[in-house]
Amino acid sequence: MKKLLSIFAVLAFAFSANAGTLDDVKNRGFLKCGVTTGLIGFAAPDDAGNWAGFDVDVCRAVAAAIFGDSSKVEFTTTTGKSRFPTLASGEIDMLARNTTWTLSRDVNLGFEFVGVNYYDGQGFMIPSALGVDDATGLDGATVCIQTGTTTELNLADFFRANGIGYEALPIETNDEARENLFAGRCDVYTTDASGLSATRAQADDPDKWVVLPNIISKEPLGPLVRHGDHQWGDVVRWSLNTMIIAEELGVSSSNVDDSKGSNVPEVLRLLGVEGGYGEMLELSNDFAYNIIKQVGNYSESFDRNIGPDTPLGIGRNLNALWTDGGILYAPPFR
Amino acid sequence: MQNNLFQDQKFRGILYQTLVVGFFALGLYFVINTTAYNLEKRNIATGFGFLNNPAGFDISFSPFLDFKSTDTHLKVYFVGVLNTLLVSFCGCIAATILGFIVGIIRLSSNWLLSRIAYIYVEFTRNTPLLLQIILWYAILIQLPRIKQAPQIWETFYISNRGLFGPKPIFLDGSNIVILSLVLGFIISFFIARWAKKRQDTTGQQFPTFTTNLSIIVFLPLVVFFIMGSPITLEYPVLKGFNFKGGAVIRPEFIAMFLALSIYTAAFISETVRSGILSVTKGQREASGALGLKKNWIMRLIIIPQALRVIVPPLTSQYLNLTKNSSLGIAVGYADLVHGFGGISLNQTGQAIECMAITMATYLLISLTISFFMNIYNRSIQFKEK
Repeated sequence: MKKLLSIFAVLAFAFSANAGTLDDVKNRGFLKCGVTTGLIGFAAPDDAGNWAGFDVDVCRAVAAAIFGDSSKVEFTTTTGKSRFPTLASGEIDMLARNTTWTLSRDVNLGFEFVGVNYYDGQGFMIPSALGVDDATGLDGATVCIQTGTTTELNLADFFRANGIGYEALPIETNDEARENLFAGRCDVYTTDASGLSATRAQADDPDKWVVLPNIISKEPLGPLVRHGDHQWGDVVRWSLNTMIIAEELGVSSSNVDDSKGSNVPEVLRLLGVEGGYGEMLELSNDFAYNIIKQVGNYSESFDRNIGPDTPLGIGRNLNALWTDGGILYAPPFR
Repeated sequence: MQNNLFQDQKFRGILYQTLVVGFFALGLYFVINTTAYNLEKRNIATGFGFLNNPAGFDISFSPFLDFKSTDTHLKVYFVGVLNTLLVSFCGCIAATILGFIVGIIRLSSNWLLSRIAYIYVEFTRNTPLLLQIILWYAILIQLPRIKQAPQIWETFYISNRGLFGPKPIFLDGSNIVILSLVLGFIISFFIARWAKKRQDTTGQQFPTFTTNLSIIVFLPLVVFFIMGSPITLEYPVLKGFNFKGGAVIRPEFIAMFLALSIYTAAFISETVRSGILSVTKGQREASGALGLKKNWIMRLIIIPQALRVIVPPLTSQYLNLTKNSSLGIAVGYADLVHGFGGISLNQTGQAIECMAITMATYLLISLTISFFMNIYNRSIQFKEK
């Protein structure tokens, strides 16, 4: 009987993988989104157990676009290692887990990165008592590193290129890495600079830790979906783009209702007052309105979760709009 | 008439077995087919070519092979296998020794000792191994930091980055010293054989243990000084971030070693206890009546007979320990599952290949252990004379 059941399970899996993800999500009534196991500011449950964070907002934006209700998301925690199999197997519909867009992940693993929501780079965090102010001074240090990440490879490359040695301590999750770093098992923790800011914010005394100025890699982080379902990819891509475009057009959750009477054509298109752009995506025409109303635009999400006024205190820098000297740039909404 | 065929037990048996095999084959076919179909549909490359690609990451815990990030995934595999074997081997030996001691103590007439052994067994046996590993590691990383590491004679240092000690450096002529050590062992082996034979025939005893110990210790020592001390020690020195030189045992290894051996020893001690209890009381009484000393009764009468009961379950404990070493990932111990089945898998995305190789390797290790334990088991079975 058990065997029979497993055969059916395999068959069911084979068939369900064929249907469109958007239809699946609509029929199910909620979105399944993969996030980290807990990285303050990006994805972590708050005191009431609700997920919040910069990556979580991307999931919520997609849910708002589809259902008009940003709460219709089921979050699945994934480690650096489990994230790809979880997405590939169809256990989640999309992954928003500060994942770096690389060629091999895009092509060989069979995923589709729909955009970049955070331009990051790999950095190093050390106790300020060590008195090191440049990463090339880390010869012989013990480095804590999350396994299954691009940072692991960048780290090896960086030390090799500079002809200095180190000892790697591969760790499974960000929490374990933090404990090892705080206990002094390793001298250095290396991951994306945003992740370092999050880790530093969780220290008893953040001033005892410094993030070195060296950024040793490009880490464009963004949400991704399975390869092959372009309709679904489009939905996620334009949910993210909507947040960026809204900031560009000055539409935020507080003025979105007034903006419906705007005289700027792109605002009217965005909010579904003119044109049938939502229908092209097989969504309702006011999908962008719902995203902005319920989740907010890019800068609202940024400031709320990781911006200068949060414990993370990250500046916009590269992630400022292209009009403000950054490289955040979304294709036009038309 | 119609029911006759189904009432035939033989026919029913064949029918059911055919059905089961048929369903199993069908299931297997579906699994393989679906996997291949889905892999192809998602454009996931398959094959073992990735093994020859450079790994790109570093593995620091590799006591036997020198590993660089430019080495291949195949080498990651070998490093992982060696690390798995290392912790399993050390764990099995420690678990056996501890298990035997605790098993015997539990049968001791000393109330306090046997109670302590009882509490130890029940506590370790009934809590999850993963928690024990994490507990040991949590304790170990609370040891002093590297800069405050307490020292013993400026030779040994204890810190949460490991236990540091001197490392032997082999210079020219050290081969001969090692050779003399091996020679010492060979001579001891023959002396022991000769002594046993003599005792069997004449009943005269020979101080085998002290003789052999002095041969093994003094022969290499004499050669060592004749050759002009060709083996020196390199001491660890705190330089920059870490100790340079010397040898080190990492906390990840210690945590795995302690947890695995202490956990498995609890099971082994129960096996030992049941083995000893399986030897009939008459044996003990009879040997006591012959005037044998208490520890001789244990060594010569009880244990040889108990071993027949102990060894088969002991084999399965060795297998368990080896397989449990795959939990090393919980504390970052670079075993096979963590290195090859984890990091390589993740960096290449070749999940099915990596998992298949990893599982095949565990199978091979387990079968090898079983093979040798079965040979040993046969050698200690009761032989009709």
